[in-house]
Amino acid sequence: MSPDMAQGLSELLEQVTGYIYPNEIELQWSILIVVYPYITGLVAGAFILASLVKVFNVKEVQPTYRLALLTALAFLLVAPMPLLLHLGRPERFYEILLAPNVTSAMAMFGFVYAWYLMGVLLLEVWFEYRRDLIVMGARERGLMGWIHRALSLFSTDTSEVALAFDRKAIRAITIVGIPSAFLLHGYVGFIFGSVKANPWWGSVLMPIVFLMSAIVSGIALVIFLYMMLAAIRKEPVDMPCLDTITSYLFYAVIVDFSLEALDFIHRLYQSEESVKILGKLITHKLFMSLFVLQILIGMFIPLGILVVAKWRKLNEDGRKLLYFTAVILIQLGIFSTRWNVVIGGQLFSKSFRGLMAYKLEVMGIEGFLAAIVLLALPYVILAVLIRVLPTKRLVDEAPKPA
Amino acid sequence: MNKREFLKGLILFFPAGGVLGALAQELDAKEAAPAQTGTAGAAPKPDPTAYDPKSHYYGMGIEIDKCIGCNRCVEACKAENNVPREPFFFRTWIERYVIKKDGDVVVESISVKGKASKDTVQEDADVLRTFFVPKLCNHCMHPPCVQVCPVGATFATEDGVVLIDSKRCIGCRYCIQACPYGARYLDPRTKTADKCSFCYHRVRQGLRPACVEVCPTQARIFGDLRSKASRLVRFARMNKIHVLKPALNTEPKVYYAQLDGEVR
Repeated sequence: MSPDMAQGLSELLEQVTGYIYPNEIELQWSILIVVYPYITGLVAGAFILASLVKVFNVKEVQPTYRLALLTALAFLLVAPMPLLLHLGRPERFYEILLAPNVTSAMAMFGFVYAWYLMGVLLLEVWFEYRRDLIVMGARERGLMGWIHRALSLFSTDTSEVALAFDRKAIRAITIVGIPSAFLLHGYVGFIFGSVKANPWWGSVLMPIVFLMSAIVSGIALVIFLYMMLAAIRKEPVDMPCLDTITSYLFYAVIVDFSLEALDFIHRLYQSEESVKILGKLITHKLFMSLFVLQILIGMFIPLGILVVAKWRKLNEDGRKLLYFTAVILIQLGIFSTRWNVVIGGQLFSKSFRGLMAYKLEVMGIEGFLAAIVLLALPYVILAVLIRVLPTKRLVDEAPKPA
Repeated sequence: MNKREFLKGLILFFPAGGVLGALAQELDAKEAAPAQTGTAGAAPKPDPTAYDPKSHYYGMGIEIDKCIGCNRCVEACKAENNVPREPFFFRTWIERYVIKKDGDVVVESISVKGKASKDTVQEDADVLRTFFVPKLCNHCMHPPCVQVCPVGATFATEDGVVLIDSKRCIGCRYCIQACPYGARYLDPRTKTADKCSFCYHRVRQGLRPACVEVCPTQARIFGDLRSKASRLVRFARMNKIHVLKPALNTEPKVYYAQLDGEVR
């Protein structure tokens, strides 16, 4: 054990209030495990937004369809990284794939992830882009042309029959994809919700709450990226599209808030053995991140902003500004939600007699900087993806029914 | 009964009594021992192939009123199992409960402070009752840690001990989260999960766990639930026993006598 670690734990020991089991002084799941559900939530949310176009025929949302798909892909590629970095023995990660314990929720990660990446997202992206890749590959010379031809897997058929098949395939994949996206993130909620030893986590509502907050964060992220991209490209924003998506966002936040409120009231009313320590937890340790960041700044204020933007009949620029502010606040709120679940659940003793402390390191694999890098990485991947895979259909394409 | 029969009986009675007594002693000594082949005069080295895990099921009894909080078990455990010496990692530890008349409960782990029982509670008119509680892995019959381990690195043996294969553990720490008793920690040297093993290496050789061995008041009783002559079975017969957090249905195999309702 390094002297630094001993020093760090000794300092934490000073901050303990009440009684904790001696082994509980070290917080086991750090900021990286906060980043992980945050990122998978964005994947699931972005995909569900994309599926609105294909399954529910919401035509207004079409301009964000490809962006939402690529966003989901970029974040999904990063999703396993925080988990891998956090393992004590990362070089043994393959054990989870080769010798999974069938009773372990966590052991299913590899399968859920692989299915979602390869059975859903990559397939849908490929069918969506196949025609464009063929057209671009034929048009371009040099490296980019080669990349596009390779990405199309050297298919060349752009006949109407083939395109009709693409459309059918996309629809079928999306129909399978929605429950898969639910599975991907609901499963993350289950990892926490099934821990009976921890009353802050152990709740049957946990997967549903995770899912709703995932939808909120994914939609908010796609709105943010769509507006940023339009600004960078100096293009007009499609206002009917933006108005429609923000309406969905508004309802999703309300459902999310209702579920969390239900969970809260239920705990308070049932008033089980753990209620006292959980009360201390939220007032002493999570006041800022729960009441201020998650609920006030992440929910109430954005809801107010969206109400003002919709009902006061503001002009386009006013609405854009308000929408943009709201989605940033919502992102902050959802990240706080993840923090409150993951870190909050480890700040009270399972003896229900005391509270621990968490000191976020700056450097190191489990530090603040590593988390920032992991949170920024999907945007870099997305920038590369957008360069290779255009977010708009090629202009020479004949309009086709959705 | 005539004189002849009486004398015959007498001749048989004394040797038989001696043999039975010796057998009873043997049984007691062997409650944690592997079934040895051969006669008593054979080589004392146990034959590991003869050990049949199916015929044992280990547990521990703790008599709270006997614990004096001397912390020897904690020291012995750290030495025997090479547990990190820093006061943040324990396979077993002792809690001190001080219950005041106003209902206030002060709990402290005397193992963390290392002050042991020297730091005694002052005779105080406010104190209603006070006692020590040794804690360790409960080797649950229905262990949540085994359920959640993604790679099966933590497992329950046939003889009822929950163990960790440190060569397979990936250090995800899910088991530490799933344990309701705080019995697990991540060993900072190996970056793998670790906890009490009931001193399985000793038990397999017919020895008792280190903490049981050194306890000066015999507050800890180790034994085999499958053996009728086991001290643990006798302990369970003679005491009203209770386990920690029974509502979680983990079915612990560390049984407490005189357990106070305040203990969690």
